[in-house]
Amino acid sequence: MSDFRQRIEAAIPALRRYARALTRNAETADDIVQDTLVRALRSEHLFQGGDTRAWLYTILTNLNRNRLRSLSRRPVLTLIKDSDATTSGPEAGGRDITRALDELAEEQRSALLLVVLEGLTYREVANVQGVPIGTVMSRLARARAQIKAYLDGERPALRRVK
Amino acid sequence: MTDQDLMVSEDELHAYVDGELPADRRDTVEAWLASHPDDAGKVVAWRAQADLIRARYGAVAEEKPPQQLDIGRLTRRRTGAIAAAVAAVIAAFLVGGVAGWVARGVETATPSDLALFTSDALDAYRLYTVEVRHPVEVPGDQRPHLVEWLSKRIGSPLRAPELDKIGLKLVGGRLLPGPNGATAFFMYEGPSGERFTLYCGRTSDQEMALRYTTGEKNAAYYWVDQNLAYVLSGPAERDKLHEIAQAAYDQIDQRKPPQGG
Repeated sequence: MSDFRQRIEAAIPALRRYARALTRNAETADDIVQDTLVRALRSEHLFQGGDTRAWLYTILTNLNRNRLRSLSRRPVLTLIKDSDATTSGPEAGGRDITRALDELAEEQRSALLLVVLEGLTYREVANVQGVPIGTVMSRLARARAQIKAYLDGERPALRRVK
Repeated sequence: MTDQDLMVSEDELHAYVDGELPADRRDTVEAWLASHPDDAGKVVAWRAQADLIRARYGAVAEEKPPQQLDIGRLTRRRTGAIAAAVAAVIAAFLVGGVAGWVARGVETATPSDLALFTSDALDAYRLYTVEVRHPVEVPGDQRPHLVEWLSKRIGSPLRAPELDKIGLKLVGGRLLPGPNGATAFFMYEGPSGERFTLYCGRTSDQEMALRYTTGEKNAAYYWVDQNLAYVLSGPAERDKLHEIAQAAYDQIDQRKPPQGG
């Protein structure tokens, strides 16, 4: 197996993690990872060297954005994802963060996940998203502010009433 | 040290949380947090968010990837899928026309656009490539005008791929009716006069890699990229057609994500 393919293969676990958090749906996530891999393998001759992983994140991020765009032109199908809606206690944290991510605009979610979950630098995220670093920073700031507001609002029980 | 140096921006707070803060600002930021409880609260909240996200999704990377993502399998599938598509087309031709093609189905979400586009594109190919005097409405030497006009009518920025490197000159293009409205039609010509056409219109189909369809004399490659369906048609010489389709595909595929925040 070529060096190029080996590097692609080594990135699969991280791509699945990113795609899962980006789509919040295991099946959709693996489909997007598959499309990403197919596209990368097909475009081997276009790859100019450099960081294979960042390149794969770029392809995946673009494919997901295209997917959301084409979905937005179709009749809305609401997918009910939370089968564990009755979960409480420590597990409830996972459910809250998933819903909080749902609420974000796509490019904010992508910026936050690339930084927090995938450990990319701001510069790398700027390259993946094709925007200046300042835009990445403002996406990150908006994502964090919105999640904070969401989580704070979600747990009125924890608020002290004077 | 000036007062300015002692001020800490929200960007720096993010950089602090994400380990991107220059080392010489670290003490300043920490001193700032000690005296600004609101900002300190934000930092705690952001770290907690990051922990929640990692706790929720981190384990996905420890899972064994499903067979669907096996590299060896994906590489083999590329040739397999084309063979399957060719078999389906032959079957469809035997059963009879487009109805047979649709009924047979391929492993696509909506085979109708694939069938309709390919069929219309091949009709246009057969109709216009035999034209000697009026093969196109706008000649290839007016490429920018042609592309701008067709992009406007289709409602999406188009590209007329540059295929000179593989010996094809742009003859020109025209506007045609298609399965989903206005459709762009570009014609190319090789050194010995053989003609190839690229037919392009809007679709709601998902992104799709090259699909080969062949008839007796002519053949086509179909693909979908960013809500546009493309059909490259030409004489039924699979390798040549594939080379052109791949070149066109790669050029159209090299886009940058849109700017904006």
